[in-house]
Amino acid sequence: MSSIPTDMNIINHDAHAHEHHDTGGDTVFGFWLYLMTDCLLFASFFATYAVLYMNTAGGVSGKDIFELDFVALETAALLLSSITFGFAMIFARAQKKAATLAWLAATFALGAVFISMEIYEFNHLITHGNGPQQSAFLSAFFSLVGLHGLHVTAGLIWMATMMIEISRRGLKSATVTRLSCLSLFWHFLDVVWICVFTVVYLMGVM
Amino acid sequence: MSLFGKLTLDAIPFHEPILMVTMAVVVIAAALIATLVTKYNKWGVLWHDWITSIDHKRLGVMYIILALIMLFRGFSDAIMMRAQLALATSGAPGYLPPEHYDQIFTAHGVIMIIFMAMPFMIGLMNIILPLQIGARDVAFPFLNNLSFWLTAGGAILINISLFCGEFARTGWVAYPPLSEMSFSPGVGVDYYIWALQISGIGTLLTAVNFLVTVFKMRAPGMRLMQMPIFTWTCTWANILIAASFPILTAVLTMLTLDRYLDFHFFTNEAGGNAMMYINLFWAWGHPEVYILILPAFGIFSEVISTFTGKRLFGYKSMVYASGAISILGFIVWLHHFFTMGSSANVNAFFGVMTMVIAVPTGVKLFNWLFTIYRGRLRFTVPVLWTLGFMVTFTVGGMTGVLLAIPGADYVLHNSLFLIAHFHNTIIGGAVFGYLAGFAFWFPKAMGFKLHEGWGRASFWCWLVGFFVAFMPLYVLGFLGMTRRLNHSNNPDWNIWLYIAFVGAVIIMFGIVFQVVQLFVSFKNREALKDTTGDPWNGHTLEWSTSSPPQYYNFATIPHVHDIDTWTDMKEKGQAYQQKSSYAPIHMPKNTSAGVMMSACFTTFCFAMIWHIWWLAIVGVIAGAAVFFKRCYTSDIDYYVQPEEILEIESAHNASATTFNQGKEFSA
Repeated sequence: MSSIPTDMNIINHDAHAHEHHDTGGDTVFGFWLYLMTDCLLFASFFATYAVLYMNTAGGVSGKDIFELDFVALETAALLLSSITFGFAMIFARAQKKAATLAWLAATFALGAVFISMEIYEFNHLITHGNGPQQSAFLSAFFSLVGLHGLHVTAGLIWMATMMIEISRRGLKSATVTRLSCLSLFWHFLDVVWICVFTVVYLMGVM
Repeated sequence: MSLFGKLTLDAIPFHEPILMVTMAVVVIAAALIATLVTKYNKWGVLWHDWITSIDHKRLGVMYIILALIMLFRGFSDAIMMRAQLALATSGAPGYLPPEHYDQIFTAHGVIMIIFMAMPFMIGLMNIILPLQIGARDVAFPFLNNLSFWLTAGGAILINISLFCGEFARTGWVAYPPLSEMSFSPGVGVDYYIWALQISGIGTLLTAVNFLVTVFKMRAPGMRLMQMPIFTWTCTWANILIAASFPILTAVLTMLTLDRYLDFHFFTNEAGGNAMMYINLFWAWGHPEVYILILPAFGIFSEVISTFTGKRLFGYKSMVYASGAISILGFIVWLHHFFTMGSSANVNAFFGVMTMVIAVPTGVKLFNWLFTIYRGRLRFTVPVLWTLGFMVTFTVGGMTGVLLAIPGADYVLHNSLFLIAHFHNTIIGGAVFGYLAGFAFWFPKAMGFKLHEGWGRASFWCWLVGFFVAFMPLYVLGFLGMTRRLNHSNNPDWNIWLYIAFVGAVIIMFGIVFQVVQLFVSFKNREALKDTTGDPWNGHTLEWSTSSPPQYYNFATIPHVHDIDTWTDMKEKGQAYQQKSSYAPIHMPKNTSAGVMMSACFTTFCFAMIWHIWWLAIVGVIAGAAVFFKRCYTSDIDYYVQPEEILEIESAHNASATTFNQGKEFSA
């Protein structure tokens, strides 16, 4: 257990029944490994986007459809949600239930703003005849951004479940372990989004 | 859309006598097994002790049973193809029409790689790896059960395709644009996609699980460079799985989007790029072959060092060589398609990298040879497989270096020379390795040894059969015969095709003798019983347990001081020590959540294949519900009480000590 980084260690203090078998530290480490595999999933979609982004088949290119102001706002919402989740984790480790729930609610709201804006963007593109079926570029764009969006959606569902769990059961060690995993997941999605914002949107309008 | 999507009664191939007979045989066999289980009243045992088990040893046994069943299926495909090609010479049509034949070669490849070799490897790893590092189970036992059932779900899907609809006719690589909707409108490619997707996710979870196990759950004192070599090679393989299987998930997802939602990743129209699929596929596919071979290398190392009675020569260089192979395995994928037409420099880079892999592999071969040198080699069945491997794999490796030369590859690409090459390495390397491991660890898993005579007979049939079946394919490759031909019309090829068929028949005897071996060994299980838990005078911790090991593996976790821990313990007189009292052991409880989740997701996949959207939604929601229920179940573990442990351990130590004393008297 001593080899686990200290911030993960905090969750293993009480001698919960999980102690010998599925300890919190192992769970967080396993989840981190899973995130690395997820990272490669995104890498494959990034590589495909990089190969296909110029294949517009005579249709629109990134320059024609990306609205940076809009996406910047979307990005700000997601980045802020990472900060608010950070506060939620601090309070969770301090065993402060109400504050944890409040910060999680803020995170959820920011995440919901992000995902609503993405849905709006997708809907806007499709209704203007620029759906993913139009060209390889649009297929790659919708898939890469959509894959991230699906992850955020899954994160939101998970967050809602965690909020119910915390309000009912409090901040037991197993719950904090789960919350740590979700926290890793959420920050990871933030990092991926920074890459999406750079590679897809910024480089797209250049 | 109807209630059942594209699924109608026409999907059942009534007009195909071969398929209907197969179906009848499967139904009769299933009925027979069900009757026997009912007669001996074993449904409860099957459910409580096996299907819902989260014991890594039992899951390992189930993986290997799956692998053996799939070996029969995959081999039936193989011998049907060889028979077809031996009959359909000089312009004759043979007995398999092209649309059926194409499904057979696709199924053969997918089954042998994904549903035979992978489960066999993962099964051996499941049984042995936790024992070798002195752990009581894997890091996430429930996840381990789920992984198995996801793999089984994929295997079930692929076998359903035999009797319901069709399988892909694209070859096991399913290259677009052929695998796109415009050229493969049937459900075959969809079966392929979903079977690979669901089993691939199972494999990925296994890798994550075993990596955590190895990094977090080693016995006290065991440093990384003291892990048994099989554990090390499995760990490299797991790193490769974690790094490559997401690429397969991604590329299959893209193909799915192309086929279901009319996207244009790989289509001919609208800017799609089929070569992107081929690149991504092999960025997974090449590491995949090292995933198969590395654990086999680990098995050979264990077998050679055990049966020479020596320490493995060059342990550290073995570990580093495996690492080098793993890393190089990621930068050679383009050699699968030199003919794509990359620039000469790109081809040269991948050609050179491919040849470089021969260096660490050579290091391993010399390490095995030096281990044998001045040792006292006991010619048991596992050793025969190992020696057979060393010869066969070297031939396969050399033809691989030949193919790695881009210029030569332009001539040999997709010819039977290639087919001969990769069978040479996969059968001669991976399959021989797993069969060596099967014979080596069988007594550990089941409690009795396998019959030696039938084992030898099987080995010689496999070895001779392999050479007779595949050496002619090298010749045919040079004579210009390409892969995936349904019939031929070149008299020069005929004799080689006949010889290859004879080889396949000899291999068939090898498989039959293995079945006989299992049967004979089971019948004589009392005489072949392994009472000590250490039938071969082994080196590593798995041999310190009883055969089969207790469900908790180790009553007290051993303290490790050496690579060959068990040898070390035996030399210091610490083996079979009886303790007066034991501490309670914390164990996880069995659960049906894994099999239920897999059933839901397999249903989802089946529904997706046939476009039964409502059922797909039901499948996903039900699967998620089982998952959430499992997450919020707190009754998942218990403690084994000291009295029970004491009783079990006393019995084992008594039987092991009695046996060892008997041995000393007779000596």
